[in-house]
Amino acid sequence: MTADAKAAPVLDVRDLHVEFTTHGGVVKAVRGASFSVAAGKTLAIVGESGCGKSVSVQSIMGLIPMPPGRITGGAALLHGTDIVRRKIVDGDDVRGNRIGMIFQDPMSSLNPTMKIGDQIAETLEVHRGYSRAKARARAVELLTQVQIPEAEERSQQYPFAFSGGMLQRAMIAMAIACEPSVLIADEPTTALDVTIQAQILDLLAELQRKNGMAIVLITHDLAVVARMADEVAVMYAGEIVERGAVEDVFDQPAHPYTLGLRGALPSRSTERAGLNPIEGAPPDLFAPPAGCGYFARCAHAMRVCEQHHPQQLPVAAGHAARCWLHAPDAPRTHPAIQHRVRR
Amino acid sequence: MSALVETIELTKHFAMGRGRTVHAVDGVSLAIAEREVVGLVGESGSGKSTFGRTLVGLHAKTAGEVRFAGEALPSSYGPADFRRHAANMQMIFQDPYSSLNPRMTIGEIIGEGLRLAGGQGRAQIRAAVADWLARVGLEPQHASRYPHEFSGGQRQRVGIARALILKPRFVVCDEPISALDVSVQAQIVRLLGDLKASLGLTLLFIAHDLSMVRYVSDRMAVMYLGSLVEIGTADDVYFRPKHPYTEILIGSNPEPNPRTERRRVAVAVTGEIPSPVNIGAGCRFASRCPKVMEVCRRVTPRLEPLADGGARRVACHLYTSPAAISGST
Repeated sequence: MTADAKAAPVLDVRDLHVEFTTHGGVVKAVRGASFSVAAGKTLAIVGESGCGKSVSVQSIMGLIPMPPGRITGGAALLHGTDIVRRKIVDGDDVRGNRIGMIFQDPMSSLNPTMKIGDQIAETLEVHRGYSRAKARARAVELLTQVQIPEAEERSQQYPFAFSGGMLQRAMIAMAIACEPSVLIADEPTTALDVTIQAQILDLLAELQRKNGMAIVLITHDLAVVARMADEVAVMYAGEIVERGAVEDVFDQPAHPYTLGLRGALPSRSTERAGLNPIEGAPPDLFAPPAGCGYFARCAHAMRVCEQHHPQQLPVAAGHAARCWLHAPDAPRTHPAIQHRVRR
Repeated sequence: MSALVETIELTKHFAMGRGRTVHAVDGVSLAIAEREVVGLVGESGSGKSTFGRTLVGLHAKTAGEVRFAGEALPSSYGPADFRRHAANMQMIFQDPYSSLNPRMTIGEIIGEGLRLAGGQGRAQIRAAVADWLARVGLEPQHASRYPHEFSGGQRQRVGIARALILKPRFVVCDEPISALDVSVQAQIVRLLGDLKASLGLTLLFIAHDLSMVRYVSDRMAVMYLGSLVEIGTADDVYFRPKHPYTEILIGSNPEPNPRTERRRVAVAVTGEIPSPVNIGAGCRFASRCPKVMEVCRRVTPRLEPLADGGARRVACHLYTSPAAISGST
């Protein structure tokens, strides 16, 4: 209901299910995730370790070894074409071409035995059929575009000669080489210092302004979400528990987990309000609970939550939460949720 | 104010061979009062972890001194020194995965300090371990399990119990929450706060998460390339930074609020932290500083109190050089 009212999404993921077969049994890592992003917009998928945020995007990119991984349901439409089972669209591999991707750890994502410029050029040779010389020249242009000083010289260096921030810039250059319509950034600044994080986030925003690509930003950091996102999807235990415009989700969180995440952060105001950790741990995804995945940790849990899996319920225009508190006949409990329920 | 822990011009250099030296920590003087929490922030490579490790004796000192309750500690520790000082000073490490021996049970890890200290029987140690497991929110039966059976947050609880079982008076927490999820970070910070209050601990809290450091600390110290550039009360440094580097560091720290983030003026500093190898004279931040003056490249600024008579000290010519006072903010 969020995206349909607006411009047609570039990437539209519907009811994605991903499982892994392990020695301990089958892990249901993603349990029906739906999200979409429009051109020139940024969707942030936020959640904690193990919530399935990385697996969601990696599975649609075909980056999950199968087996043990398996997409058991759902679709990922890129400009209307499902890319879940086939990676070739109109004779082109979507990966690295239609969809670019950058990762948390640029050092381990680049080939240590290949010059930076050649790694970027390779993308253009493979996807665009550029000659070696043309691809190399373009690689230097791209390195300049991501603000690497002395790009010509740097393109001849190996990854070990680059700092973490510079490597991430090189990764971005590689990811945008084929002018993708979607850039997936999986924790792009988690390994970086705040000053370098600010530089990389500014760079991503500027590239997006110039070329209008959609960005899917995977992060655990609500501050990064606040800075970058137009829309946000909060993920917990393999599901998207809340989605909406970033202002709505931050100002009026509708799912108790989103509220909990905000309470666990230190306040930036001058008075020191206490931290309110979310006690407990996420559920075991080998045997996901029948009801709400957040039931055991939720301060507002009701009897219905234990046995009945909550539906995605509308909270306001373009804002929905997977929580029974938003059912029409739910009690009015939490003040932050109350005023939304009354509408 | 009598300090419980004090460093005087503490210096730690690492030789790289061929005459090159990494100036990891260069002449850091810091006094920490009893029951005080001092937060130490800085980028990777600023030397904050090396400072913490040198402080507790894990690195031999190149120069300078560490005093604990007035007593000067040895410049490099032997086994007897560790045994003697481990009961006073302990450390909680960043990575709860690599800092616990995977081949020892949780009970052995937590009880090892007591065993090495001697004087207690196995039954006593076992009872103390069970007590500490409960105090950090774990179960007594966890003592017989191995680290791989625990989540990151639980391992950090083990690391805390391991450090505190000897009842130290001073603990260096080296990025104790950086590897943890947001909701777990808050759990660990709250646990540390409760233990600090009940045990009367003095803490050096090293981290790069500025808002969390401000939240837990009484005072906050900012480190850049081996030196302290600013120190003051946590709120002063966080809300009213004086050193240009502190301004940039705090300005780069995004807030979880989309409205303020949208209005944010970009303060991104250009360039990256330079190499700490063979540092010359002048301010170490001069190469990146937006307010750099001619004097900054020649004369190394010293950490000096601000003219306002407060507790804040800043190492910046904007505040100390008479010629530059007109240009200061």
